[in-house]
Amino acid sequence: MMARMGAALMSLVGVFVSAYLYLYKIGRIGTLACGTGGCETVQLSPWSRFLGIEVALIGLVGYAVLFVVGLVALRPGLAGARWPVALLAGLAAGGTLFTLYLTYLELFVIHAICRWCVGSAVIIVAILILALLALRQPREPQAA
Amino acid sequence: MAAAPVGMSRFYTILGVVAVVGIGLLGYQLSKPATVSIPANVTIQPSDTAGFRGYLKGSADAPVEITEYADYQCPFCQTFATLQMPTIEERLIKTGRLRWRYRDFPLQQHSYARLAAHSAACADEQGKYWPQHEHIYEGQAEWASGDAADVFRRYAREVGLDLAKYDACMSAGKYAGRIQASYDEGMKAGVSSTPTLLVSGRLYQGRFDSDAISRLVDSLAPRAASAK
Repeated sequence: MMARMGAALMSLVGVFVSAYLYLYKIGRIGTLACGTGGCETVQLSPWSRFLGIEVALIGLVGYAVLFVVGLVALRPGLAGARWPVALLAGLAAGGTLFTLYLTYLELFVIHAICRWCVGSAVIIVAILILALLALRQPREPQAA
Repeated sequence: MAAAPVGMSRFYTILGVVAVVGIGLLGYQLSKPATVSIPANVTIQPSDTAGFRGYLKGSADAPVEITEYADYQCPFCQTFATLQMPTIEERLIKTGRLRWRYRDFPLQQHSYARLAAHSAACADEQGKYWPQHEHIYEGQAEWASGDAADVFRRYAREVGLDLAKYDACMSAGKYAGRIQASYDEGMKAGVSSTPTLLVSGRLYQGRFDSDAISRLVDSLAPRAASAK
């Protein structure tokens, strides 16, 4: 249960990180607390959009979905069910692959690192690990 | 089974705390007056320069065109803009003898030059480029020492801009690429200081007065007319 809780909690943190980046992207926040200046370079680059959609918005929706699935996985009636955790792991794996692509762009194409993007990368990998741990855990007995 | 509800309630308490802290931090960020910075060396996209080759003043039929590469925080540019430009405008631009093209060349050492250029670009979006441009140059001493973003915003209000649109434009750094493209073109043309004038493929650097510009236009106008 701890792994499921951790995944839900990390998803909520991811929602706030991506919301912060998205609010910056749509001009509601003046500057990003970044330190290196790399955040603005990344956020204002052509690669800050994917298939015409803001990457930060994709992240926001993605983490929101992960959070909802994480909460569903915690419902008492589903404590023994594997499908919510499998869904969580599948979504987190997709998110991790997307993050790998974005990190590649930062390192080798844009040549700038956004600390918030690194933070998001850590979060999505942590969710994936927690979801995989939850999958490996033995089934808990269903509540009578 | 008794431990599970306790664990869950603790988990939901932690979740609630994280939610409250997150919403609070985002709310704080949204409520803060936007402190704006315009990044340098951004990746220039085709849309940044599509159809844009500087800010124009004067008739399209004027026989001579001068391109000025300038920096809003450069004292010589300020003197030129406030003391010489009004005469040049009256004598040469309004009479149809000269077309003026202003291009941004924000120098690295001027911390607010890019912000100033961006403020003017956001004013251009609302058809008020030149009034904002003039305000920025006239108020150079006021904003160069600090609070530049707030001062530019006040100018924006004074020239009648829609402040919501202006704020959104500034916060998004919408024209960072356009400014960088202008700077890069200046570098390619050989500009190394401001103001620099590009006239018929030649660069003129240093201080200029309206009489010198007038003589230059007089010398070029017949040649330009015969070339047409």
